[in-house]
Amino acid sequence: MSNYISNVKKQFKFKHIATWVSVLAVLIALIILNSAGALNRSTIGLLSRIAYSIILAVSLNLVVGFLGELSLGHAGFMCLGAYIGTFSATGLSKSIDSDLLVLILAMFIGGAVAAIFGFIIGLPALRLKGDYLAIVTLAFGEIVRNIFKNLEIFGGAMGYNSKTYNQKKLFIIAFVAVIIVLILIQNLIRSKHGRAITAIRDNEIAARAMGINVTFYKLFVFVIAAFFAGIAGVIYGHFTTPVLYTTFSYNYSIEILVMVVLGGMGSINGSIIAATLITVVNFALQSKLSGDLAAIRLMVYALVLITVVIFNNAPAFKPIKERFSISQLKARRIEKKKEIIADDAAEWNRIETKVKMDAVLTTDIPHGEEPLQEDCDGSEKEGE
Amino acid sequence: MTTLIDGLSLGAIYSLIALGYTMVYGIAKMLNFAHGDIIMVGAYTILTTLNITGNPYVAIAVSIVVCTVSGIVIERLAYKPLRGASPLAVLITAIGVSFFLQSIAQLIYGSKSQSISLPDFGKVSVGGLEINVNTIITLVVGGIIMAALTVFVKKTNTGRAMQAVSEDKGAALLMGVNVNRIIMITFAIGSALAAFASLFYLMQIPSITPTLGSMPGIKAFTAAVIGGIGSIPGAMLGGMLLGLIEKICLSIPAIGPYTTAIEFSLLIIILLVKPIGILGKKVREKV
Repeated sequence: MSNYISNVKKQFKFKHIATWVSVLAVLIALIILNSAGALNRSTIGLLSRIAYSIILAVSLNLVVGFLGELSLGHAGFMCLGAYIGTFSATGLSKSIDSDLLVLILAMFIGGAVAAIFGFIIGLPALRLKGDYLAIVTLAFGEIVRNIFKNLEIFGGAMGYNSKTYNQKKLFIIAFVAVIIVLILIQNLIRSKHGRAITAIRDNEIAARAMGINVTFYKLFVFVIAAFFAGIAGVIYGHFTTPVLYTTFSYNYSIEILVMVVLGGMGSINGSIIAATLITVVNFALQSKLSGDLAAIRLMVYALVLITVVIFNNAPAFKPIKERFSISQLKARRIEKKKEIIADDAAEWNRIETKVKMDAVLTTDIPHGEEPLQEDCDGSEKEGE
Repeated sequence: MTTLIDGLSLGAIYSLIALGYTMVYGIAKMLNFAHGDIIMVGAYTILTTLNITGNPYVAIAVSIVVCTVSGIVIERLAYKPLRGASPLAVLITAIGVSFFLQSIAQLIYGSKSQSISLPDFGKVSVGGLEINVNTIITLVVGGIIMAALTVFVKKTNTGRAMQAVSEDKGAALLMGVNVNRIIMITFAIGSALAAFASLFYLMQIPSITPTLGSMPGIKAFTAAVIGGIGSIPGAMLGGMLLGLIEKICLSIPAIGPYTTAIEFSLLIIILLVKPIGILGKKVREKV
């Protein structure tokens, strides 16, 4: 046991928990500000939006950045979570008094239903790759919307009239959810399973040859991502009313994808920052750009998407990227140091061989001339 | 019977769009998400030139030119730098291009739907059935275009070069095929087909919005997948099939609202049962 603890201590690094600890710190600061009355209504609303956007971006990053498959139906899972979660919350609140407990139960129900559909969508994922999978997830998102639009129990085309949660408390619960999601996902990625997932992304055939169960891991990632998206949906459903199917369109899935790509595929911290940034920008522009000018926002997203992807992936930009990337700069510095050491070593070797050669030369000539002898002595001293 | 003819004429539109998808997919091995939005570009071009000149034929010609040029420009600027990059990157870029085109259209023309009046040739009665002449034109012209495309790919040098590039890019390059040029020509042809599709679409539904292309685009891709992506007859078959299914579903009141869900479920089922589509070729993965 003590051995285990010391092992854990040895492996513990602050950077492993830095992400969620800093989110926790921000949350505590916000709670203090809130109790002091420093936050107005719209800021509190913005915080809830940031929270569910972070969950969405991080969970999509698991599929796109770590598994390497493109999912265009993330809003569909969120839609399921929002409708089912708020619907079950309405039912549960009749028998359970505590609002908080109802919300937590609703999160699990919404997440579970989304996860079940994630499993169903993950099944074709086993046989399909890349483009096909993208189109299947896109189709799934459209199917979900189309069905909810026509179900009368969920309000049909008018949307489901959900009961909103106390806004001043919702953002705290939402951020706690964010922290739990972050802990779970970051531990998953660092585990054996996380390494298997990234191995599948890097080379599926090689991963299979190494004995990784590709089928299992693909389904696993889809189910987990769907579960978290469902939870984000439940938070959304308790934040705003009515829950309307038009919100969860293909465009929304793309917006989440923009967060992931902008933050960097495979970077959790990047996703958090990008999700926060984009949500804040959306919020700030919402009142300023009305009507058709709102298209400017979409245009900027599209341009960001294109330029970031081309810059990161185009073979032509590789030299430029390598020149300015931080990790490359570090690597080059180490390389330089090594070069200096290597130079020194070469110098020593050269001198030594020179000495030996001179020694050989002197032995060969019986009556060695004076200058040659001197040279030999001098270099031997250098050698010592 | 009317439903069947409507279905076939919608199917002809889907087929034309699906052909664009399938050709680009077969040769450049990428899913051109922006293809649907090229249709939208074509539709707005027809609208604008019609408003300026008043001559529908000039409008159609201009729209073909504009679509072809924009297809080539998109390929050069967005897709060519990514040749050799991961498919995921290309796919995301294509989505970005699609969004870009939509937002530009919304900035220029607004998000409200605009109506367009194309010449209406009235109706003819064939054996007691009233059929729109526009429907007949769609079917006939669509059929001619598809036949011409098949002949082009099978018989001409460029067409054979296309087949070679689709089979093995590296080997085609060694045989002296200019791969970049062939891919550019493919995009040009696909976009020209999109221009025709936009014309036929407007003949059936004469209103234009910036998102006009995205739904037919996705459905046409579904058609291409159902027929077997990369195969030209497959795209035609899939398009016709999907058009028929859509119109038949819409004509039955009980399942009418769920048409979109049914079409996409069909896609998922086909991909699960026969991932290569009805007429697709099986591709073995090499290490």
